Amino acid sequence: MCIVCGCEQPQGLAGRHIHDHGYAHRHDVDHHHGRGEGTIDFGGGPAGLEVAGLSQERTISIERDILTKNDAFAAANRTRLQNARVFALNFLSSPGSGKTSLLVRTITDLKHRWPIAVVEGDQQTSCDADRIRATGAAAVQLNTGKGCHLDAHMVGHALDHLSLESGSLLFIENVGNLVCPAAFDLGEAHKVVVLSVTEGEDKPLKYPDMFAAADVMLLNKSDLLPHLDFDVSACIAAALRVNPRMRIFMVSARTGAGLPAFYAWVDAQASAAADTVPARMKDQRR
Amino acid sequence: MHEVSLIESVVALVEDERRKQDFSRVRLIRLKLGAVGHVEPDALRFCFEAVTRGTIAEGARLDIDIVPGKGWCSTCSRTMPLDERFAACPLCGCAPLLMTAGDELRVSEMEVE
Repeated sequence: MCIVCGCEQPQGLAGRHIHDHGYAHRHDVDHHHGRGEGTIDFGGGPAGLEVAGLSQERTISIERDILTKNDAFAAANRTRLQNARVFALNFLSSPGSGKTSLLVRTITDLKHRWPIAVVEGDQQTSCDADRIRATGAAAVQLNTGKGCHLDAHMVGHALDHLSLESGSLLFIENVGNLVCPAAFDLGEAHKVVVLSVTEGEDKPLKYPDMFAAADVMLLNKSDLLPHLDFDVSACIAAALRVNPRMRIFMVSARTGAGLPAFYAWVDAQASAAADTVPARMKDQRR
Repeated sequence: MHEVSLIESVVALVEDERRKQDFSRVRLIRLKLGAVGHVEPDALRFCFEAVTRGTIAEGARLDIDIVPGKGWCSTCSRTMPLDERFAACPLCGCAPLLMTAGDELRVSEMEVE
């Protein structure tokens, strides 16, 4: 296991840049292409520094948030999605909670009402994107290599590969991890955390950053409850303790139980997003 | 969690600064980290040297100031110390306090030459 981020990979992050640059993409936000996102060269080369002869030591005040760069890419993604009237959800969970099954079911049930596209994040393989494409939805697979989360820059590139229809839904399935992805805004409208009843009911207290960052919790695999000792009310209480505004739906991706309530929420939110006049157009009207 | 990415972002901020101001070496980088935030200071220190190797920040010392958590209690109308994200007010027991400090993740300053 990586002792830096806790992901199930040997230590030493050498994430791959997942694309070449044979296509057009935004360059209005400052970023570097010399190293891929999540690419850290532990081998390191020579320092490449020129030490000037008589420069003077001084203190520079910076006071900038460390996630400034990611947040700038996220803001660009958000503006782009709003202008295209696309409603984006970022799905987060630990591995094995049933995110992909939930998405497959949701797409199958909603695709007649909304055009849907998916960005799939995994360390390796395109298995999940293949499962999504089998539903007929367009999907882009982002492989993070050894990286343990998606960042807004990767998602911006993924958007270049999707033709996003006006008034459509975009589902982003983050890398299975209840820790790191909480900190990285991707430009989504809402974060949706998926917790399955085969996990512990105290997970919201153990991973409070994730549950505080999410607006919606889907408590999945409810069809298994008769076989488990999982305490639903304790789990809901734990989630609300971390995040009193959390909206919670108990669902089963296998049987479909509880999903209509979640769909109703998606419909309401996505309709509102599709009706909202994009900020840029508002500016032009003034 | 994700400490390697965060140090990469710190290096990017330092490189931004070098484009604005002329310096050739960074002696010290000072971060402000919230005590209730999602970043483990020891994990940051652990990966700092490896990540900065070969960059403008190579050889710099990393200082981390921990910002204590604070939260606003709307019942008591005052700011209280906060030691976990979802803590109740220690005076009135109302939960949760609205976090006003303790989630910082900032580069505050650096010493260069």
